Amino acid sequence: MIIDINFIGLIIASIMASAVPLILASCGELITERSGVLNLGVEGMMIIGAISGFALMTVTGSLIIAIFGAMLAGVLISTIFAFLTQTLITNHVATGLALTIFGIGISAMIGKNFVGIPGKEFPVLFEGFKDTIPLLGPILFGHSIVFYFAFALPFITSYFLKKTKIGLIVRAVGDSPESASNQGINVRLVRYACILYGGAMSGLAGAYLSMIYTPQWIENMTGGRGWIALALVVFSTWNPIKILIGAMIFGGLTIIQFHMQAIGVRIPVQFLTALPYIVTIIVLVVISRDSRKIRLSTPSSLGKSFYKDN
Amino acid sequence: MHKFFIRSFVSSLVLLFTFTVAAIAKDVKAAFVYIGPTGDHGWTYQHDVGRKAVEAAGFKTTYVEGVPESADAERVLRQLANSGHDVIFTTSFGYMNPTNKVAKEFPNVKFEHATGYKREHPNVSTYAARFYEGRTILGTIAGTMTKSNVIGYVASFPIPEVIRGINSFTLAAQKVNPNIKTKIVWAFTWYDPGKEAEAAKALIDQGADVIAQHTDSTAIVQMAEKAGVYAFGQASDMDKFAPKAVLTSVENNWGPYYVDRVKAVANGTWNQKDTWHGIGDGMVVISDLDSQMPADLRSKVKKLQADLASGKVHSFTGPIYDQKGNLMVAEGKTADDGMLAGMMTYVKGVEGDIPK
Repeated sequence: MIIDINFIGLIIASIMASAVPLILASCGELITERSGVLNLGVEGMMIIGAISGFALMTVTGSLIIAIFGAMLAGVLISTIFAFLTQTLITNHVATGLALTIFGIGISAMIGKNFVGIPGKEFPVLFEGFKDTIPLLGPILFGHSIVFYFAFALPFITSYFLKKTKIGLIVRAVGDSPESASNQGINVRLVRYACILYGGAMSGLAGAYLSMIYTPQWIENMTGGRGWIALALVVFSTWNPIKILIGAMIFGGLTIIQFHMQAIGVRIPVQFLTALPYIVTIIVLVVISRDSRKIRLSTPSSLGKSFYKDN
Repeated sequence: MHKFFIRSFVSSLVLLFTFTVAAIAKDVKAAFVYIGPTGDHGWTYQHDVGRKAVEAAGFKTTYVEGVPESADAERVLRQLANSGHDVIFTTSFGYMNPTNKVAKEFPNVKFEHATGYKREHPNVSTYAARFYEGRTILGTIAGTMTKSNVIGYVASFPIPEVIRGINSFTLAAQKVNPNIKTKIVWAFTWYDPGKEAEAAKALIDQGADVIAQHTDSTAIVQMAEKAGVYAFGQASDMDKFAPKAVLTSVENNWGPYYVDRVKAVANGTWNQKDTWHGIGDGMVVISDLDSQMPADLRSKVKKLQADLASGKVHSFTGPIYDQKGNLMVAEGKTADDGMLAGMMTYVKGVEGDIPK
């Protein structure tokens, strides 16, 4: 096999494309968790986004309506979670799990009429520049708008949390809701907003799968990516840049192991299949081994309900 | 007063009689247990098309989808057997032991297990389709249409059904083009569109210009369409997902068998048997051939299809060698069903090892 430089560019581009849904969902969940809320419903919100996006695209024919509709659907379903955990003070873990089960079920129900319909082609940007630069051409150009957004998101998220006042408020609410509340911050409102934002990002991640990555609707098409996104948030120790690294390693190894199989590398296939999971965890644990930093970036009140004395 | 009693006595008798007759001639109820969702547009979807054919034939049916191949399967089967179903179709290989176990507890309920080989009790039958015949046709097309002589194959799990498919595909492709190589990538899933698409992309990047699949989603043919290479539909006609890429599809057609078996239960003629039907019996159907194929290839394929149906041609006709060059099937002989059912070695020309 000839390894030319454009071939490597193509592989990197497909790795990045496979990392997009993980980055979107993880960065959304990161904000939710930074406000102290553990939402295990990522998989459910993603699948709802996937069916909503695909259904709206099929019915209205408009990609813009479909993309925003999917995000709105993510917001709506996360509103249920927010209402239960913030207003009715239910347990975060149990409610999140229920949200996933609910999302999978209801998406299958809505999706019954959309099975077997081919998706539409999603427009890509800068396709003409693909061949202008070797190696970098296929990496930088010829992707959908969602792709570019996903790769900007970790940096935006990082800036938002570190440098903006609202970011500081979110972190304060996640670390010590009591103190934040005493400072006059409406803890419940902040948490509501963060949960809804997480829902929107998960919805977008789902829509990317059903409209851009593999344009079609089939049941359970998220295939556990929501759970991987959740794990990425924890193993990256709530750091958006490390989420980007983790998602790239995970997507990368999934694709490279297929290439290794196709080339005929004699490593047991089962080991290759497990590789993405093992290596992603090892790498993230190694780059996040500073326990002081972990303590600083872990939202101290994660998953704990907040009761405000009236 | 007497009149009243007599009248009520007679009417109760009539009522009782009606109920008894109704109970004897009660409708046959069939149940289906699915491994995946009916919305997969693949394996389970096609079984459900078969179920609808049973329904159209006037029988009541029930189905349970997404049943794991574990103790859950037993629980579901017991529940279905208890709730008055007369025949239960279990449509995945992994239901083999649960099916036989529950069949022992319910001797009056008939069980039909797809793709398995265990019939431990007289009320258990097995059935499967000779999909490898369809793959002989796909291999013939792939070997003719490839320009790079590299054919990609996305496989699911290393079980005889899948190995048999790879072998029959490769043998047919070699026959028309001795220079081809079949590259196999194991996705270790039946159904994960994202993963399947990535596997197909890897094969295309490695130079494959025809992609075959033994996984269930339409992601692979769509990836082929995007990359401008050829592909084949799996389980159902996938042409509309990738009109340029899909040359033809191998469709699973369970309906006629299901209707037959349910009718047999209704007539009381049901008996235990092992069914393995192919193109000839219509259980394996080849979709329309794409017009991108040259006319002589199309007529060749049509003829091959007819010969496979009549039994004139067998997918595994000797001489067949394994990867190390050992003779598997002697010249002029064909592989028997026993050998096919347990096939766990690659034939010569397939690259790589079977995952252990």
